[in-house]
Amino acid sequence: MSRVKELQKSLFGGTTSNARQFGMIFTLVAIVLLFQILTNGLTLNSGNLISLVSQYSYILILAIGMLMVIVAGHIDLSVGSIAAFVGIVVAKVMQDYSVPWFLAILIGLAVGVVIGAWQGFWVAYVGVPAFIVTLAGMLLFRGGNQFIGNADTIPVPEGFRTIGAGFLPEIGPNTGYNNLTLLLGLLVGVAVVVREWRARRVRQQMSADVAPMWISAIRVAFPLVVVVFATLQFAGGRVGTSFPISGIILGVLVVIYSFFTRNTAGGRHIYAVGGNSRAAELSGVKLKRVNFLVMMNMAVLAALAGMIFVARSAASGPQDGIGWELDAIAAVFIGGAAVSGGLGTISGSIVGGLVMAVLNNGLQLMGVGSDRVQIIKGLVLLLAVALDVYNKKQGRFSIIESLTRPFRREAPADPAPGTGTDQERGKSPVAG
Amino acid sequence: MSDAPVLLEMRSITKEFPGVKALSDVNLVVRAGEIHAIAGENGAGKSTLMKVLSGVYPYGTYSGEILYQGTESRFADIRASERSGIVIIHQELALVPGMSITENIFLGNEPGRGGVIDWKVANRQALELMARVGLEEDPDTLIKDIGVGKQQLVEIAKAFAKDVKLLILDEPTAALNEADSQHLLDLLRHFKQRGVTSIIISHKLNEIAQVADSITILRDGRTIETLDIKADGVDEDRIVRGMVGRELHSRFPDHTPKIGEVFFEVRNWTVRHPISADRLVAKNSSFTVRRGEIVGFAGLMGAGRTELAMSIFGRSYGTYVSGQIFKDGQEIVLRSVSDAIAHGLAYVSEDRKSIGLNLLDDIKTSMVSAKLSKVSTRGVVDSVREYQAAEGYRTSLRVKAPTVDEGVTKLSGGNQQKVVLAKWMFTDPDLLILDEPTRGIDVGAKYEIYGIIQRLADQGKGVIVISSELPELIGLCDRIYTVFEGTITGDIDRRDADPELLMKQMTSVKKAQRS
Repeated sequence: MSRVKELQKSLFGGTTSNARQFGMIFTLVAIVLLFQILTNGLTLNSGNLISLVSQYSYILILAIGMLMVIVAGHIDLSVGSIAAFVGIVVAKVMQDYSVPWFLAILIGLAVGVVIGAWQGFWVAYVGVPAFIVTLAGMLLFRGGNQFIGNADTIPVPEGFRTIGAGFLPEIGPNTGYNNLTLLLGLLVGVAVVVREWRARRVRQQMSADVAPMWISAIRVAFPLVVVVFATLQFAGGRVGTSFPISGIILGVLVVIYSFFTRNTAGGRHIYAVGGNSRAAELSGVKLKRVNFLVMMNMAVLAALAGMIFVARSAASGPQDGIGWELDAIAAVFIGGAAVSGGLGTISGSIVGGLVMAVLNNGLQLMGVGSDRVQIIKGLVLLLAVALDVYNKKQGRFSIIESLTRPFRREAPADPAPGTGTDQERGKSPVAG
Repeated sequence: MSDAPVLLEMRSITKEFPGVKALSDVNLVVRAGEIHAIAGENGAGKSTLMKVLSGVYPYGTYSGEILYQGTESRFADIRASERSGIVIIHQELALVPGMSITENIFLGNEPGRGGVIDWKVANRQALELMARVGLEEDPDTLIKDIGVGKQQLVEIAKAFAKDVKLLILDEPTAALNEADSQHLLDLLRHFKQRGVTSIIISHKLNEIAQVADSITILRDGRTIETLDIKADGVDEDRIVRGMVGRELHSRFPDHTPKIGEVFFEVRNWTVRHPISADRLVAKNSSFTVRRGEIVGFAGLMGAGRTELAMSIFGRSYGTYVSGQIFKDGQEIVLRSVSDAIAHGLAYVSEDRKSIGLNLLDDIKTSMVSAKLSKVSTRGVVDSVREYQAAEGYRTSLRVKAPTVDEGVTKLSGGNQQKVVLAKWMFTDPDLLILDEPTRGIDVGAKYEIYGIIQRLADQGKGVIVISSELPELIGLCDRIYTVFEGTITGDIDRRDADPELLMKQMTSVKKAQRS
């Protein structure tokens, strides 16, 4: 096994999906640095980072739900319309019935649950393909939005705007930075260290060979540098701005859903259904229930995303959420999910979404028109997935590995000893 | 035979994949008009060799040379080899289920002019070709409506439509029942008389011994020997010795059954077909299983063995009509797979790849997937316990993989089967139903699987083995039920079991069955 691969394995755990994530993170860092240079440092400037987060957090929230939908082998085209529908409902109840904003949020989530149950019912229990159900939903809820709002814009009150346009408040002594953001950064930093320490302990319990200390140090140091840098940037912005509330909502959701998809039986079931639904069923997985809940969860997250967007733009309108489904789907696929289901991670989708976000933002900072931005985004999506498909055909999984290929002489994979691997090996290069 | 002219010679073929030498210096000589068998364990390189020959791996991706009809051939793709009359029929049939027999026969080779198909010619030629392979069907019948045996014949007819000189069959009888297999073998002999040369790859050594003129044995990507079946007096044992490099004393491990009392009983089980409501896939079937007993289910393809087993396993096939299941004297009702698992049933499916495993998973995830609760606390999977459980099975079942993090696609058929077995052993079942547990796996791995089955029985579990290979059932089982059209037609003790008796019971309903 080559040096590079070995290092990569110890840094990222060595499984194929991790190797792909490595490629994605590498790409993200490269894009950020590229734009940092092209925009003369504007990209990583406080103000820009803050607006980047508040501008894209709702798309990333959608990407979380979409990842699970796609892993289960479905697709959801209705998220933008659901977001718009929930947005208008919430704005309407606050305007016409003076419902307090926190209650309005609960109402919005409840509407999401109902819509999700509706779509989940058709997908899971009737067996209509999700593509069709959500295409119908896309029309249905877009029309619903315009019906309820009379195709007009409805403003939302101040309190409600916090979830989309709010920031961590200024409290405590004057340090020149936003204190709560500093605290948040500290918490994240501690979490990074604790996570690595626990990972080492688990490896020890498995009596597997634990990576040397310096590997762990790198694994901790890189994220820590990013966290410290980000914390100072977010905390040191214009007074009155700091880390956006919507970013915190996103962060909490990422942590919860990453844990759910990776470490719980329920999460495993989603992957099992997407990987081989018949095998999952014969292993006792309740197929219909999984499909129902996945579709329902997506609608609830879409409702949340819609409300955050409405809060940020201070009003709900008939054009809200148009094209969001495509951004969310693109994020998930750039993040390495398989079109056929069964593969993909929350963190990958978030990185994929960030790649798109940074690209969008950077091009805008450079003054590139939205026409050319769309062309570039389209090509990036196509190339990212094409590269992945190509790598799979070659039996390789990571982008970085193909970059370093000329430097490696010896054979890559270590085949199972003895007569282990059989004709499948011979077949795979053709079958892809 | 040995004085017939050489049709094909493959000289020192070497083919490498990244990190693996699949073939090294392999030689193969096939004479015109013979049936040449290629035998070897899984991974020996048989399929790879045939892919080199048929141009799936084009010239330049391997080293060595192919002399065909006296000249060196460099095939760039499958079409090139087909133009020279070499046609390969793969184990997985390449037919389009929703198209008719005629359409499939001429797929990619349609008669007509300028892209417009001449259906009159096509249908007439299809009938001729079907007559040649002994297929009696309406040529307009859709592929999905005919059985696997007939589908195989369509594939062969398709080969003849291309004017075949050298026909290569990769495991042609793997999915066929005994009657269909016999028909196919007869057909090969018939072709031979008409001057068609065939290469047959098969795991079924009795078939090779029966039909082939000569045999080339591969092991670990090398040619071991080429034998003339008649002149060298080759029998099954001789082939096995060549394949594994040693004598297998017995194909079944020694075993003294420890049989207890009846603990599982199915009474008058009747199930309707999931789509056509007037068809019954199980009719009034009753059977019992005792503790520590290995019970066989023999029957021809389509007899309803799998359907019966799956309908018992939480009604995962068909529509339940009537019947009762008793376990330890208590009646149990199994409405779903999770009910069945909770009551200690396990069903290891016939088809590992399409319904037994999630091929995206690694070994450990697969092994614990049927009972995640055993390694979880309040729904959260404990990765350490998961790893330890999987590691335990990897060692005890001798799964050939460096770690349990390895993806299941990287394993051979036999090792995949061990993973599936582990997955179900992990659910602590009292009754295991194993559907074709050794299909498509090689001799050595079969022996190991038999050992595992016997150990499970010795732990006091009941094991049901469904198999199409009669010698396997006779060698392994303590008692054998025969199944015919969804009904149990016989209950035969190991001592009385012989292939002839079983075959009789499997093909016709004899007398009233015992209760």
